[in-house]
Amino acid sequence: MTKYAYYPGCSLHSVAKEYDLSMKAVCRALGIDLIEIPDWICCGSSPAHTTSHLLSLALPISNCIWAENQGLDIIAPCASCFSRLKIANLEIKKDGKIRQKVNRIIEEEYKGTVDILNPLQLFNRMDMHGEIKNLVKIDMSGIKVACYYGCLLSRPGDIAGEDDCEHPKKMDQIITTIGASTCDWQCKTECCGASLAITQPKVAFRLVCEVLNSAMENGADCIAVACPLCQSNLDMRQSEVSDHLGKDIHLPVVYFTQLIGLAIGINQEALGLKHLITAPFSLFEEKCNLSMAIAKG
Amino acid sequence: MARIGVFVCWCGSNIAETVDVKEVAKYAGCLPGVVISIDNKYMCSDPGQRLILDAIQKEKLTGVVVAACSPRMHEVTYRRTVAQIGFNPYMLEMANLREHCSWVHPDKRMATEKAKDLVRLMVEKVKRNQPLYNVQIPVTKKALVIGGGIAGIQAALDIAQGGYEVILVEKSPSIGGHMAQLDETFPTLDCSQCILTPRMVEVAQNTRIRLYTYSEVEAVDGYIGNFQVTIRKKARSVDIKKCTGCGQCIQKCPTKTKSEFDAGMGIRKAIYVPFPQAVPNKPVIDRDICLKFTKDRCGACQKVCPTGAINYEQQDEFVTEDVGAIICATGYELTETHIYPEYGNDPDIISGLQFERLVSASGPTLGELKRPSDGNAPQSIVFLQCVGSRDPLAGRPYCSKICCMYTAKHTMLYRHKVHNGKAYVFYMDIRAGGKNYDEFVRRAIEEDHAIYIRGRVSRIYRKGEKLIVLGADTLLGAQVEIEADMIVLATATVAPKGIEKLAQMLGVSYDLHNFMCEAHPKLRPVETNSAGVYLAGACQAPKDIPESVAQAGAAASKVLGLFGQKELSREPIVAQVNQSTCAGCFTCKEVCAYKAIEIREIKDKKGNLIKFVAEVNKGKCQGCGACAATCRSNSIELCGFTDSQIFSQINHLTDGVTIEEPPGEVPMDAEETQGVSEETEKERLIEKPALAGQKVKN
Amino acid sequence: MKKIKDKPQESEDLLLEKDRLWQPRIVAFLCNWCSYAGADLAGTSRIKYNPQIRIIRVPCSGRVNPLFILRAFIDGADGVLVSGCHPGDCHYSTGNYFARRKFALLKRLIEFCGMDERRIHFSWVSAAEGSKWSQVVNDVVNAVYQAGPFTGFDLPVFSKETEIETPADLCKQGPERFAYSIDLMSRTGKK
Repeated sequence: MTKYAYYPGCSLHSVAKEYDLSMKAVCRALGIDLIEIPDWICCGSSPAHTTSHLLSLALPISNCIWAENQGLDIIAPCASCFSRLKIANLEIKKDGKIRQKVNRIIEEEYKGTVDILNPLQLFNRMDMHGEIKNLVKIDMSGIKVACYYGCLLSRPGDIAGEDDCEHPKKMDQIITTIGASTCDWQCKTECCGASLAITQPKVAFRLVCEVLNSAMENGADCIAVACPLCQSNLDMRQSEVSDHLGKDIHLPVVYFTQLIGLAIGINQEALGLKHLITAPFSLFEEKCNLSMAIAKG
Repeated sequence: MARIGVFVCWCGSNIAETVDVKEVAKYAGCLPGVVISIDNKYMCSDPGQRLILDAIQKEKLTGVVVAACSPRMHEVTYRRTVAQIGFNPYMLEMANLREHCSWVHPDKRMATEKAKDLVRLMVEKVKRNQPLYNVQIPVTKKALVIGGGIAGIQAALDIAQGGYEVILVEKSPSIGGHMAQLDETFPTLDCSQCILTPRMVEVAQNTRIRLYTYSEVEAVDGYIGNFQVTIRKKARSVDIKKCTGCGQCIQKCPTKTKSEFDAGMGIRKAIYVPFPQAVPNKPVIDRDICLKFTKDRCGACQKVCPTGAINYEQQDEFVTEDVGAIICATGYELTETHIYPEYGNDPDIISGLQFERLVSASGPTLGELKRPSDGNAPQSIVFLQCVGSRDPLAGRPYCSKICCMYTAKHTMLYRHKVHNGKAYVFYMDIRAGGKNYDEFVRRAIEEDHAIYIRGRVSRIYRKGEKLIVLGADTLLGAQVEIEADMIVLATATVAPKGIEKLAQMLGVSYDLHNFMCEAHPKLRPVETNSAGVYLAGACQAPKDIPESVAQAGAAASKVLGLFGQKELSREPIVAQVNQSTCAGCFTCKEVCAYKAIEIREIKDKKGNLIKFVAEVNKGKCQGCGACAATCRSNSIELCGFTDSQIFSQINHLTDGVTIEEPPGEVPMDAEETQGVSEETEKERLIEKPALAGQKVKN
Repeated sequence: MKKIKDKPQESEDLLLEKDRLWQPRIVAFLCNWCSYAGADLAGTSRIKYNPQIRIIRVPCSGRVNPLFILRAFIDGADGVLVSGCHPGDCHYSTGNYFARRKFALLKRLIEFCGMDERRIHFSWVSAAEGSKWSQVVNDVVNAVYQAGPFTGFDLPVFSKETEIETPADLCKQGPERFAYSIDLMSRTGKK
């Protein structure tokens, strides 16, 4: 059993509960042991680095200490957490002076040996594809998925460690592995506007419109995401977008882990599908011949 | 018995200011083996030089040390001087008292001491010098030009013009290269074919040029003046002597494929002539797709050929040619159009070269601009520069150089064909250095109204009929979205695939991007590290036509210069093998960068093999001495820098003052007791085992 | 293993006297195309540097046989510097790479022999780096000065009575002997 330290971050314990549930369920099925970091604290996300550079490093690093002592790598499913943790680790590895400063703040000796992974990277590790493929029980070939990466999963290119930051492929590869088809669309790395949702709602709305519209036009049945903010932002505005565009938009926005879970036949309740705003049930009932009664709860 | 003369130069006050020249001369005069030691205000002046010549004759000198400036400055001068009276120039050495002593050490006493040391070291070295004689190498006065593009054509014509024979090898069925594919050329917009094809015909008609098309260089052996080149003449399946070039076979051939000449925009048959003006204008069968070769049927070409020139049984043929010099003019390639996955792989996204074929009157659309997807004339085109170049992440940090100019040309050609069409150009910087180049770009912008946008494109995607280009205008700081009918990418210029194999064969080094390396980026731009091999055109770096032609001319003039000599005379600073001690391990062969070490068999009188030994090819050896430093049995010496010469310098490092001596005094007696001739290397080594605990400098 | 034989065993007074007078003697092997030209440039630019250096010109740093360096110590040098073209700039394409490899090995050997590693130096100086050359010389002289006078390998007394040992025999006897065996090889291997 492969062990990883698990850093859920605030979203996965609140608005993105279904991501947390499905992530853990899929990992259990794949024999990956996720151990939640005890007493984890906020990663700092965007507020920290706009106020203090050192704070933006110290917060993520204090979450890494435990993992380093245990000799584990960290899985951070939230795209923003992933980005902060990764950036902090890279900076500390690069600059010994900064490491000393941060160590003084957190009053621990952190060396920087921990590697930070997002779930996409985890499932794309060497043998995972084969393992997932072996476990697939449900025929997903009927649905076409628009894989949406958003901003922080693949960028900045040299930090996120993606092969091609402008044209990432990892989610597409996983979705193909479980048997569904993906669509080649132009918005996979466009901004969803989440960080402007409150300060500049008009801008955010325009961006959401573009992403949803493009997915529709490219024939997607649903959008797969790997970021809590992308999910909520794309999910909850669909009726407004429909009104604005003058066409009916009904695109379930699901976590890619939920899709894996469905395909490998995990107990539907454990995937938290009922927490999604745009209900995905009819889609899976129609295209995959699945009975979704349990999932509806 | 060594008779050494030491000549100490004042260099006006340059040396004399901080070095007591008189004292140095006096000291040198007391060194064992030195029979004359004099100083002069200017040793390099006429009277100074005469002083040396007189001393050589009067004192019957066997060696000369000139203690003056750097040997890099005047060694040649002095050696040439002494050679005038028949004295072997390599028996003269220079001690560097100026650059390495007087100019850098302000303390007169210290500088004088150092000067004495430097002179002593040189005296010891010169005692062990051997007369050396320049290496004379015969030269085969025939050149090989690899690559039949404009650079190769120009070089071949220039050499032939100079009166020497040339062999021109081209791997495709016709010469002409990329230039033949171009429609019009910047900055004059004259038709490329119109200026190129006459030159191609000239090549074909020139009796001094032997043309091998559809051929490749298979092996290169030998060295400057004496290369042996093996050329593979690939089987054309057409007897070139019988073929009249009537073209009936091409008409009848049923198999089609994408034409390489049309950059995939047009089609050709399995038996084909790349383009109508090809030289030679004889077809060749593409065996990969011809039905006769793939499925053993058809044979239509053979049936219709009036002269019976089609020969399916033809085999690759190997010819060996002796040449004296090689010009490498292998040119460039463009990268494929889908380097950036975010740009997609739409048929309406084409490369600059494909655009050339689309607008060319001899192209697949006969000059009518039609976009590949539906054949409509594009109403707007977006041109993207620097696609794959100047991008360290893509592994190509260099500038492809020609794109700025040809993109400007493309916008003009497009606007001349589609008058109300819109031409957008995304650029990083416009690099239009060159005669009339910037004016040309301005013309594209001002007269032909090309819309230049400074910035990069992040994504291209199809929306119905149109292609949407998302980009940034970095001057306005705004996002740009353009609907276009066609996209033309100025893809990166790269070295041809597999060219490193040829470079290795030629012994030419190549850079990270497989462009071949010149011997010196400024002063030897057409030579290579491999003597007798020269570069022309884009095989060295991206180049436009004028530059390629200029470099080809330069390479040709180098070849003519080489051929103009009766024999090649080279400095004798080359390695030499003592074959009696050579054990034949050939470690020297491993370290030689010039492939100058050859394997020689030693046989007894009956012809039985005794052993293999190394032998230095004096034509190839450049005299670096890596072999000498590597030889495990000390069997290789580098003439002019032999072990015994260098060891003698090292051995005499500390024949200076000892602590018991009052400072400043020269220990004359110690020196005088040592005779030169008696003092063999071995004795000295054994007599002085105690090392330098006693030496202490005052 | 440092400084097995680097301290002279003499009376303290004499030692002090020597210390006061002593200046290190350094041999530099410079390649003709880059470093020698760099030293020339230092000259033409009148950049002053320590005079304790004696330059021996070789065509390429790849010509420098490690024996030259050992020999220089045997013959009274306190420090040795080898300088060639920058990596990639070698006039002979690859000579400086060979020099670098040989030097890396030699450095280990020298440490193994108990010599102070501050005595041997390797540098890249191009023909354009006159000031770098002067800096290198001063640095090397300083380093060697710190290391003190070189007092030799631990050689056995070499007289007619003692049987000459073969290099192989010597190698078995430990580091100092090993160094001597190298020396012996350099003599016997001579033409």
